This record gives sequence, structure tokens and C-alpha cells, in this order.
Amino acid sequence: MITVAKTGNEAMAEAMRQINPDVVAAYPITPATEIVMIFAKYVADGLVDTEYIPVESEHSAMSACVGAASAGARVMTGTSSQGLALMYEILPIASALRLPIIMCEVNRAISGPINIHCDHSDTMAARDFGWIQIFSENTQEAYDNLLQAVRIAEDKRVMLPIMVTTDGFIISHGMEKLEMIEDPIVKEYIGEKKPEYSLLDIEKPTTVGALDLTDYYFEHKMPVIEAMKNAKDVILEVGKDFEKKFGRQYGFYEKYKLDDAEFAVVVLGSASGTAKVAIDQLRASGVKAGMLKIRVFRPFPAEEIAKELTGKKAIAVMDRSDSFNTCGGPVFTEIRSALFDSQNKPSITNFVYGLGGRDINVEQIKNIFESIRNVGKVPVVNYIGVRQ
Amino acid sequence: MATLKELSVRKDPLTGGHRACAGCGFPQIVRMVCLASKDPIVVVSATGCLEVTTTIFPYSAWTVPFLHNAFENAAATLSGVEAAYKAFLKKGKIAKKINFIAFGGDGGTYDIGLQSLSGAMERGHNLLYVCYNNQAYMNTSIQRSGATPKGANTTTEPAGKVKQGKVQRQKDLTEIMVAHNIPYAAQATVGYWADLVRKAEKAFSIDGPRFINVLQPCRLGWVYKPEETMSISRLAADTCFWPLYEVENGKYKVTLKPKEKKPIIEFLKSQDRFRHLFNPKNETILVEIQKEIDYNWEKLLAKEAK
Amino acid sequence: MSKLMNWKELPPCDTLAAKTAEAFETGDWRMGEKPVWHPEICIHCMICWISCPDSSVTVKDGKMTGFDYKHCKGCGICAKECPTKPNKAITMEKE
Ligand code: SF4
Ligand code: SF4
Repeated sequence: MITVAKTGNEAMAEAMRQINPDVVAAYPITPATEIVMIFAKYVADGLVDTEYIPVESEHSAMSACVGAASAGARVMTGTSSQGLALMYEILPIASALRLPIIMCEVNRAISGPINIHCDHSDTMAARDFGWIQIFSENTQEAYDNLLQAVRIAEDKRVMLPIMVTTDGFIISHGMEKLEMIEDPIVKEYIGEKKPEYSLLDIEKPTTVGALDLTDYYFEHKMPVIEAMKNAKDVILEVGKDFEKKFGRQYGFYEKYKLDDAEFAVVVLGSASGTAKVAIDQLRASGVKAGMLKIRVFRPFPAEEIAKELTGKKAIAVMDRSDSFNTCGGPVFTEIRSALFDSQNKPSITNFVYGLGGRDINVEQIKNIFESIRNVGKVPVVNYIGVRQ
Repeated sequence: MATLKELSVRKDPLTGGHRACAGCGFPQIVRMVCLASKDPIVVVSATGCLEVTTTIFPYSAWTVPFLHNAFENAAATLSGVEAAYKAFLKKGKIAKKINFIAFGGDGGTYDIGLQSLSGAMERGHNLLYVCYNNQAYMNTSIQRSGATPKGANTTTEPAGKVKQGKVQRQKDLTEIMVAHNIPYAAQATVGYWADLVRKAEKAFSIDGPRFINVLQPCRLGWVYKPEETMSISRLAADTCFWPLYEVENGKYKVTLKPKEKKPIIEFLKSQDRFRHLFNPKNETILVEIQKEIDYNWEKLLAKEAK
Repeated sequence: MSKLMNWKELPPCDTLAAKTAEAFETGDWRMGEKPVWHPEICIHCMICWISCPDSSVTVKDGKMTGFDYKHCKGCGICAKECPTKPNKAITMEKE
């Protein structure tokens, strides 16, 4: 291990250098731009063997990724917000064609109004496109997740594209301590890509991306559904193996003082660091507070999460985006649905926070705990940190 | 140029059994272009008639590697395939030469795919982009495109009591490609097959981004008898409605100079999409169209003479 | 391919084997006329072969050999393009 100080973007760029993908196609967008800028310098300095395609839009970035991955290449890209939105059309094509493209996604609010700061509206809007989605709390997790992403996505049982996310500016530009694994060890850890098919296989010509009428479209969606199920096993296996090799533990989620907690928050991404501080303070004053930090949002580990949360008195689900469905953010609806069959289900309340980079602080999270301790006193869906 | 006999022993990129209309023009364009390659090829197609009719699952008419991604991104998609090929060449994982070809209709090329095409050409990928240009969105029932010529009847700009089909002129995509300073850009049409095959051969002999804009009569949208696809195509060139030329490293060469330039009405009257123009009250439009064709033809000859 | 595959029987990764369209016979699209070849007139110029949209003019060793009626859609392009004079080596005739 090499200990360095890096921002989230730098950590992701370092991981990309170590992965040394065959092809990278990307387009600049704040706050993910830096990942590509740093990587472009690696290309210019000959530190990687990558064919780098500086495309003219994110749409073309994802399109080129699909082309390169169909040719059997190991492919990476990075983006944010509007850039991810411009890719939306191609994301489900990548998963349908079973192309394990790896994306560094820096969470940023979707326009409008235009805003360059963190929330999860970009990534959440991409949740139903057959991509695996992994959230990172900090720089270390961003780095570790990206390395594991290669193994998860390219596993024969999975063969799905994957996005590893960090929170815009908060993680992407925040300098933190990073334990890096040595280059040759990473190389060995990720191994060589063995594609299922390649367009460049002239001897065995294949037609890729054919037209399905009503008689086959449904059938072609089933393998993607099955692969997502398999991804659950693979994510756990890869996490265990990573822990064995490098000592850091990864599963579907991280529990923080959860087992004996009576009240718990469910959080994704950087806010979980703030939540930990709030929980420590509450514990000190005798409140049995805890947290479940979701790492893997797609596939959604519903059963596992239900087991963890059942029996608690009350749960607060924190959403950094809204669904505009009038009944809760995307994480909330998943959690509520996951707990539907539990015998001893807690009361569940939703707190939408932090849109467009609005800060969330320890006091606010303590207030969230206070709210759910008075079950029935607050509405089911709450918006915190907004001037009302 | 390879003779037809020589081409006929090469691998036809398509089998029978695809669902293009009887008498369609694009399968021949695909065959002529692909057969012109001595080396193995990989094909990417934009969404459109070609992709839809040749790949209805579980029936593929392609005998060569083929990828369809979406409507507007054939050029970007192929640039990714080509980049992967370069990466594998560098790593010694592949050795043989492969020619990379993208096909897109005029909708997927002139309109929604223009940005993707422009980007790929500017980046200098080693690929050939071929537009099979039938001058409207035929796959979705003949809607107007940026390639639809003035006066043509389409379903989104139909001829009516006060409007006579498309009001605007078509954009000149071939010149837009020339303006990208690519090593080779050309215009061809399917009926002059020898000219098209020769241009494709030339394109394959050059490195870098290359573009061929091939006019393709469409019996459905242009409305004529199915056996006339090739002859109407030649009429387009003989009237200078669709000049055949190439631009190699900035040097223009007109590859067909009709001995006697036929009047445009001969081309227009061969198809029902222009029928309304022959109403006496529309004579001025016919005159205008002829004028524009004459002007563009002279302009092209002047570029060649430079 | 009469029986529809279930999803577990599909080729992997939404791929499809080349040339499978050969099994789809578009010959029944013909509207009562088919091309007929007159070898005694044919000069084997191959113009019919390059002009056919359906790869349905069959050739061998650089010579025209007839038609693939399983796929020929009867469009008549080959007959129209055949250059022999005064009689054409391909004529469209009632089936
Ligand atoms: S009639 Fe049409 S489809 Fe049949 S062989 Fe002739 S050109 Fe081909
Ligand atoms: S076009 Fe006519 S002469 Fe030429 S090969 Fe075909 S049938 Fe024979």
C-alpha cells in the first residue's frame, strides 16, 4: 500500500491509470472533467496504453464506448449530470448488449435550474437502465469501488455496465488520505478482459444489436434481469476477496452502530460521514441511533436491507433527489417496498435534502433523528434545509 | 478497378431474405461498397431502413460483423470500434487489416447524426462513412429531412392547396464534409455502379476519415415502378440534379459530365413525389429548380477547374 | 425457425449469427411475375448480379447461373438493366 493525499477525482484517475483500459471515450463536464483531464495527461505522457477518444459530446462518448466494448475492448468513461443525461439513450443499449463498460460518475444536480453542485438526481434518473450503481462515501471508497467494478462488471455471470459514483465537489474535489495499491498488484487483481464476443472476430461474424419485434423484445430483457440477480452474488464475492487481499471490507451496505439501534437513518454517499458524527453525539446522550449506508443501489439489496431494518422503532430515509411522484424520493420508495413483507416493520419517514449542493450538517441530521423518535409527528415526506 | 467478375467471387455482405421493399436501392449500395474492399470489413449501421430490414431477430442478412447502436451515432459508434482495433493492434492482439464502414440514411446522417459524424471526421478516425441518401425519412413513412429537395412531397411537408411540398433547398452535406478537410469525400449514385465501386475502392486505399454520399432512389417515397430504381438514379446524375464527383485532398474531380445535360423535368416527372409541380400554376417552381441546378453545376465545374 | 426460442435459448448477449436471414424466404413477395434467364443470349456481364437488391442473381466462377427464387422479390430490376439487344437475356414472365 502507498499512502497519498488525493481528491476523489484524482483517486478515480489513478485507478483508471492502473486499470489501463483499452479505450477511454469522454467529454468534459464539471465536476467530473478533472478525471478525464488527468487521464489525458497520462495518455500524453505514455503512462497508459489506452486509445483515448476526445469525443464531441457525452452522447458520442457512450456511443463510442458501446462500439469499443462490442469490439471486445475494456472501456471506461467519466461524466456528471447533464452529461449523464445526454448518455441516457445509450445506457440501456450498453446493458442489453451486455457490455461491461465502467463509468466514473460524479453526482451533480440535473438542470434546471442549471447547478454544478452535488445531488443524486443524475444517477437516480439512470437507475432503471440495467447499469450496476455503486455509491462511494469518500476518496478511498471511490478508488476501491472502481477497482472492484472491473471484476464485477466483467464476471461471466454479470456482463453488465457499471457506474461508480462520488459526490460532486464534496468528494470529487475534497482532498483525503488514500491508500493506493501498487500498480503490478492492481494489474494482477483485475486480470485480462475475456469478452463474450467481438465485432473484430472476422472468422465468426456476429450481428449485434438486431431489431426485436413483439416476439423477442421481452425475451431479450430477461437475461439482463437475470444478470442483475447474479450481480448480487458477484458483488459480495468480489468484496470478500478484496477484503482478503487488501483489508478493506465491502458489501451491499455499511452498518454504523446499527445492530442495536432503535432509530436509524439510511444514507447514500458523502452525507454518511456527517451522519456518523451525529450518531456518535446522539449515542453519547443515550439515544440508540444508527445508520445503514447503502453502497450498492443497483441491484437493490432489498431482502438484505429489510433484514437489517426490521425490528427498529423508526427509520429515516435520506434522499438527495426527488422523484416528483408526490410520495417520496427514489431511495425511500425502495426501502419502503423492501420492508413491506416484514412482520415487525418500523415506521419509515423520508427526508429529502441537499438538492443542488445545499449543505447538510450534523444538527440537521440530529433533528431528523428527533423527528422520527416522535413517530407520527412529522409528515411521511419532509424537505429539510430548504427555506419554507 | 475490379471487374464485376472479380467482385462476384468476393464475399457478398448480404444474403437474400432481408425485408427491404422489392426494388429497393440501398442493398446494392451496401453490396457495391463492401465488395470493393479487398480486406475484411466491419460494419456499423444507424437506425433506419437498412438496419431494420436486415436484422429482424432471429434473421440476420449480414455475412460480415455488424453492429447497430442507435439512430444518431453510427459515426461515434464506429469510432469506438476503430479505437478498440487500434488498441489491439498496439498490443499485438490483432494483426490483419480491417476496413471499417458506417452506413446511415439521410435522416441519420444529414440531420440527427450530423454532430456525431462531424466529430468522428474531425478526430480523424480511420473509417469510411457512407450515407445512403433517399432524401427523406423513408423508414418511418416519408417525413422530410435536411436532404429532401425543394418541391418534393413528404408526409411532414406535403403538397397542398397553398404549399407545394418542401419549400427549402436540401443542405449540401458533401460540401460540409469537404469543409472538414478529410482526405476523401465523394458523391455517387447507385445506378452508376462502376463509378460507386471505383470511389469505394479509392476510399479504401486512403487512410483517415472518408465520406461517400450515395443518392438512392426509394420506390416507396419517390413513387415509381420497382424496376426503375437504377435508371432513375442515373437520370439524377444525367440532369445534374445529383452531380457525381470526388474531392481528394481538396482537389475536385467531376466523375460524370453528361454529354448533353438533360432538363431537370425529365428527372422530376419520373417520380410521383414531384407530380404536383407539373400543375401549370407551379411552372415558376420548375424554372427555379432548373436555375438552381444550373448554378450549382457551374459552381462545381469552377471548383474543378481551380 | 418455426418454434420461438425461450429466453434461455437465445444466443448470448443479444447477438445473432450471420446469414440467418437465408432461412427467411422472401420469394413469396413476388406479385405474379418472376425473372427468367435466357442463357443463349446472356453475355455474362454480371450487371444483373450487381443490380439486384436481394442478392438473388446466382453466379459461379464469374458467370451468371440463374436466380434464387426462394428470395427473389420479382422487382424486375435485373430484366430492365440487362443490356443485351435486341432481346434481353432476362425477361419478366408470369409465374
Ligand atoms: S427480379 Fe429483382 S429480386 Fe429478383 S433477381 Fe431480379 S433484381 Fe433480384
Ligand atoms: S445482365 Fe443480362 S447479359 Fe448480363 S449477366 Fe445478367 S442476364 Fe446475362
